[in-house]
Amino acid sequence: MNATPVTDQTRVGGGTPEPRRSATSFLRAQIQQSLAFATLVVLLVFFSFASSNFFTWSNISGILLSTAVIGILALGTTFVIITGGIDLSIGTGMTLAAVMTGIFLVNLELPLMVGVIGGILTGGLMGFINGFNIAILRLPPFIATLAMMLIAQGLALVISGVRPIYFSSVVGFKDIALGFVIPGLPNAVLILFVLAILAYVLLSKTLLGRYTFAIGSNEEATRLSGVDTRKWKIVIYTVAGLFTGVAGVVIGARLDSAQPQLGTGYELQAIAAVIIGGTSLLGGRGSILGTLIGALIMSVLINGLRIMSIQTEWQNVVIGVVILIAVFTDALRQRRAAS
Amino acid sequence: MSNQLLRVTGISKSFPGVQALKDVQFELDRGEVLALVGENGAGKSSLMKILSGIYIKDEGSIFLDGVEVDIDSPKTAQALGISIIHQEMNLMAHLTIAQNIFIGREPREGLFLRERALNRKADELLKRLGINLDPKALVETLTVAKQQMVEIAKALSFDAKVLIMDEPTSALTDVETETLFTLIEGLKRTGTGVIYISHRMDELRRITDRVTVLRDGEYIGTLQKEQLDIPTIIEMMVGRHIEESARPTARDRANNEVVLKVEGLNTRQLLKDISFELKRGEILGFAGMMGAGRTEVARAIIGADLSEGGRVHINGKPVKIKRPSDAVAHGIGYLSEDRKAYGLLLEQDVNTNVLLASLRDYTDALGFVHTMKGKQKSREYVASLRIKTPSISATTKNLSGGNQQKVVIAKWLARDCDILIFDEPTRGIDVGAKEEIYKLLNDLVAAGKSIIMISSELPEVLRLSHRIVVMANGRITGILDNEDANQAKIMDYATRMGDEKDL
Repeated sequence: MNATPVTDQTRVGGGTPEPRRSATSFLRAQIQQSLAFATLVVLLVFFSFASSNFFTWSNISGILLSTAVIGILALGTTFVIITGGIDLSIGTGMTLAAVMTGIFLVNLELPLMVGVIGGILTGGLMGFINGFNIAILRLPPFIATLAMMLIAQGLALVISGVRPIYFSSVVGFKDIALGFVIPGLPNAVLILFVLAILAYVLLSKTLLGRYTFAIGSNEEATRLSGVDTRKWKIVIYTVAGLFTGVAGVVIGARLDSAQPQLGTGYELQAIAAVIIGGTSLLGGRGSILGTLIGALIMSVLINGLRIMSIQTEWQNVVIGVVILIAVFTDALRQRRAAS
Repeated sequence: MSNQLLRVTGISKSFPGVQALKDVQFELDRGEVLALVGENGAGKSSLMKILSGIYIKDEGSIFLDGVEVDIDSPKTAQALGISIIHQEMNLMAHLTIAQNIFIGREPREGLFLRERALNRKADELLKRLGINLDPKALVETLTVAKQQMVEIAKALSFDAKVLIMDEPTSALTDVETETLFTLIEGLKRTGTGVIYISHRMDELRRITDRVTVLRDGEYIGTLQKEQLDIPTIIEMMVGRHIEESARPTARDRANNEVVLKVEGLNTRQLLKDISFELKRGEILGFAGMMGAGRTEVARAIIGADLSEGGRVHINGKPVKIKRPSDAVAHGIGYLSEDRKAYGLLLEQDVNTNVLLASLRDYTDALGFVHTMKGKQKSREYVASLRIKTPSISATTKNLSGGNQQKVVIAKWLARDCDILIFDEPTRGIDVGAKEEIYKLLNDLVAAGKSIIMISSELPEVLRLSHRIVVMANGRITGILDNEDANQAKIMDYATRMGDEKDL
């Protein structure tokens, strides 16, 4: 903080509470969010004109369904990224959670609720280990979660015997994603919305959220203020892991199977969704609503490209470019904030 | 009841390879301001970190209100009523003022934060301290000075009996410093004991009741207010006598040729019609309040910021400087006020830093760097600038502030820069090393270099500059010869906010 030269005329004591500057920074945050929202609208309009199959109920419902998985992953990752960290293990972690759910329900034939909770806790355990490695062993988040990404990937393959586990024998499991508690709205989407509200409350109304922002703003200062930052980092990564676990259950239910090969690539889509939604990779800044919009942008884009019969290879190129643009906007925002 | 608030005796602390504190003692009374002074590395910060629970002492005792206390964590210190304002800003920029002040002590209802109660508490605290700030404002929108006020409010929110301030004024302008002093006066009246660490000698007489001096981790002595005499303090700090040298005069350099001429420089944000000349062998001081635009002039000249409509001549020839690399190509080196962020690769060795700007001179056509030749050059600079380092392969981070500054100077000298722009050359550098930097600046101009020196310390400006440019509000309000200048006159020009001009 000392480093930034103060360019405006300072009058201390005579005190104006600087309404102008806080107003502009507030406005800037709004613009960022509405920018993401505008992008979403533009994409929707564009694909609607590009393909008559796009704006159909079955397709929209498909988009929402695929948003559910990326969205749930992104919600958990939002916390991690606001602390200034990163979690690369969410994609394969989700796969491992799905495989474990399969082991619990299909191989061990445990009751549905137990198996589901077991799957979610698998994610939580991975998150806890990530948090422990980062907070206690002080490994850089990038390395710690990269290692966890490989470990989860390997374990998913080993435990499943490199074969999908089918849930067809488990009554009611599929309904977790594809059933309808609210008519017309697939349960997976409902879960996403419920978790989004939960994440919003956690982030803005509880100590967990406050310390998430505090750690991302200035970890050392937070620690010196008497906050046990190590404990809170473990909690935050564990929360992210629990979200990953839920995503594992949801994707298992949606595919009615645990696919051990699946999962890589999801982490980058989720991280991209978070960044597109205005959460800063440098930490300290972010919102759940933004992440939700970001996740929708990602899945609308993927779905739209697919429906326009663009080859998968090119889809990857487009997504890559979108991630570049999102990170660039983030960098631009940082620069503007710094000047 | 005794008036004694805090007594510290026989404190020792060592780190691997370093004895940071040896048998240190001091006392603090209720309602007293005790200054703790010493060069960098004298042990002031270590001592304060022990008091605030960041370090654990090896030996010694701490008595608070006559009772021996065991301070084993920042939380314990806070609970005992010992608060510290750190030298580095320790705020969470993305949180609001209220959220910062009560971090770790948020009012809650079950799982949920009570934001309104939080803001109310913060508002009450700020009102009580006479700090006029909105508790809901984000800290990142505040100026450095106001952030400092938030730090103070935070420290006082613990109902501190002992308040430790580590260089609180290093980022403040004179006006802001006055506000801080008023606040400290108020604290004294309520019986709070203040431990005040500062490098600014002129402040000591203003606000302190006693001064305790440390040197090389040892207790040297304590002076009462009546005995306060700055040369004596400095002598105690450095352990040797420092002579005051005579001030330079503009007459000395009056007939030298102009090496840098700036005419009608503007920037969109701040600067208006900046024109001045720099002569060979001259130190041209830039004085003014914080935010007057002194750093901005330097940045505009070297092309770091966009400027409009200005003309720059070097050695009589017009030049176009669009980016910092152009400036370097024309022999202008800029030494930022923030060495650590903009001047040095802290994790790299001295050699790398010295050669950083001139690496091309030691590189052949194939791109191979000839290290032997370069290392020879680095060693020469280490010797000629008297840089105190075990070797040129020592990590720059481990050098003291003054020696780091010399490494930056060596970097630009190695690049053959004839014009050097120093921005706050002695910020964060202790008194003894300051003298060395002053001598170095004088040696440089004696050797034909020309220097622009931006400084917020008026004694420093008067001590070194042949001529002094005074700025206010983005304009030059006066250019004074040293022989005509004094602190009052400079302050007068520095506070002219309107269009009035008197050249």
